[in-house]
Amino acid sequence: MPQLNFIQAINTALAEEMERDPLTFLMGEDVILSAFGATKGLIDKFGPKRVRNTPISEAGFVGAAVGAAMAGTRPICEVEFASFFYCAFDQVCNQAAKLRYMSGGQATMPITFRAVFGAMGGAAAQHSETVYAQFLSVPGLKLVVPSGPSDMKGLLKSAIRDNNPVIVFEHGGLGRLKEEVPGGDHLVPLGKAAIKREGKNVTLVAIGAMVPKAMKVADKLAKENISVEVLDPRTLIPLDEDAILASVEKTNRVVIADEGHLRGGAAADIAAIVADKGFDFLDAPVRRVTSLDVPIPFSPPLEKAAIADEARIEAAIRDVVGR
Amino acid sequence: MDISREELLDIYHTMQKIRLFESKVRDLAVAGEIPGFVHVSIGEEASAAGVCAALRQTDRITSTHRGHGHLIAKGGRLDRMMAEIFGKRTGYCKGKGGSMHIVDYSLGILGANGIVGGGLPIAAGSGLAAVITGKDDVTAAFFGDGASNEGTFHESLNLAAVWKLPVIFVCENNGFGEFTPMATVTSVTDIAVRAQAYGIPGHIVDGNDVLEVFKYTSEAVARARAGEGPTLLECKTYRWEGHVVGEAAFLGEEAYRTKSEVEAWKLKCPLIRFQKWCAETGKISTAELQRIVADTEKELADAIEFARASELPDVSEVTDDVYAP
Ligand SMILES: Cc1ncc(C[n+]2csc(CCOP(=O)(O)OP(=O)(O)O)c2C)c(N)n1
Repeated sequence: MPQLNFIQAINTALAEEMERDPLTFLMGEDVILSAFGATKGLIDKFGPKRVRNTPISEAGFVGAAVGAAMAGTRPICEVEFASFFYCAFDQVCNQAAKLRYMSGGQATMPITFRAVFGAMGGAAAQHSETVYAQFLSVPGLKLVVPSGPSDMKGLLKSAIRDNNPVIVFEHGGLGRLKEEVPGGDHLVPLGKAAIKREGKNVTLVAIGAMVPKAMKVADKLAKENISVEVLDPRTLIPLDEDAILASVEKTNRVVIADEGHLRGGAAADIAAIVADKGFDFLDAPVRRVTSLDVPIPFSPPLEKAAIADEARIEAAIRDVVGR
Repeated sequence: MDISREELLDIYHTMQKIRLFESKVRDLAVAGEIPGFVHVSIGEEASAAGVCAALRQTDRITSTHRGHGHLIAKGGRLDRMMAEIFGKRTGYCKGKGGSMHIVDYSLGILGANGIVGGGLPIAAGSGLAAVITGKDDVTAAFFGDGASNEGTFHESLNLAAVWKLPVIFVCENNGFGEFTPMATVTSVTDIAVRAQAYGIPGHIVDGNDVLEVFKYTSEAVARARAGEGPTLLECKTYRWEGHVVGEAAFLGEEAYRTKSEVEAWKLKCPLIRFQKWCAETGKISTAELQRIVADTEKELADAIEFARASELPDVSEVTDDVYAP
């Protein structure tokens, strides 16, 4: 199996899916040259009809993707930094997410949105945000947060084949992370969590870039015989509630690690589900490890202080296991 | 044109400050001494300097991701800007904003902005505030040709026009939005013609000629102060450097424009052009211009020393300033 980094995995998935389905096409700001490299070279394979630079006009081109999807194509629409979704919120939430429902199932919205998110070293608040929580209460959308290259490729391919608007969130700090990625039709289904590491004392639900951090903490604590099960939900909508509850039933403790904010975040949502449906399994309170409720600051020490890190994950685990 | 010697000296000082400050910031970014993304406006100094020379301190501006020049031209201090860019607590935003988000209320700088087109509605609102409070302050909104395709551009021009707000919309047309040539994503050749759609004046300005920028801005300011509403100025210019410092490392050289194109624009350098004009008209001596360069170099060296010597913020400050008390 080839070793690919996150960006190469995206590039491969896009190339394979565009090859497979002539109705797919790529649109977004600078997708021809590609700032992050994810869409690099696709213009040579697929030409200017299917690889399109848009004007800088998020509401305009996201809306255009909605129309293109309704009219029978399958747009893959890049919104560069996920914070820019705010500029296109109406188009995503009122149009893309609702039109199928509101048209009584007439409209189909096979759009894949891709966006970079997360703290990546001094990008400051308008480029560092973890925005998926803002979409959690918008029925009609699917939300995907891959934590490594292999899942990235498989989830992105599934997203492109899905007939709903799917937002794939790509953490900007994971770009260089490498791992073996299966070639060919490697599909990871949406709505299926992955146990990244088995354990029996505590379930650590880790989302996106928290997964590599969670693995390190689990390695460290294993030396003290604290056995941590790392569960990566991979998609937030649909959410694999069964896998989460089954793991908590086994370990009786849960910590949720996410780079989003504490209030109203994905961790809050998962905590509520565990409290609601898994209360009888619990031997300790549910703990959330998230970023602080501040806009992500620019200065390196402040950025680091704002983001959930390994030390905080470790402390939360020690807290729930009583050691 | 009605312009004093004092103003001419100020204009040159501003352009020098921008040129030297940004050249240094670029070098520091390349050397890895500065976190985050850095966008410099080298080659575009005349629009910042010419526009702000026509404003007074109580007038306000909104700026962009490529905003150092606008902030300097509006009076931003090099030391506090540099400290902010270093992420130090002595910076304008206590290290929380960085290069793309510098604000100084006391100078009417409502902020550089990391969101393309984000400053335009803010400028319209600032103009509205002037109307409501009965002041004759104007607000200038800097933005790029790329930003003129954002909905915010159209909504802001319409609003400012319909309410006759004292706003000057300054498009710095450098021909690119990131790496995309303007012509491939913009329906018009001249952004200025878009003013027609909103029933306001639109002017194409030579953005490398600081005196022309000053002249058109002065007219727009007079119009705005008189309650006649907004103007759209399009300053045609060019950025010598990449969109973002370090882009050649991942794009390669000449990925979206040729070296010879850049070289051709360097011949139209706004600073050299101004120097020539001074020599031809005899308004300012070469010695005086040289003294300004020397002064600016000193000011910049002090600013860097200040930034380097300043402390990083304490992590206890991370939750400060989220809400007003
Ligand atoms: C809403 C939004 N979309 C996209 C971006 C990414 N971006 C940063 S600068 C830029 C190009 C802006 O071009 P223009 O407005 O012409 O200004 P210039 O960079 O040429 O000065 C883009 C697309 C952003 N920061 N904000």
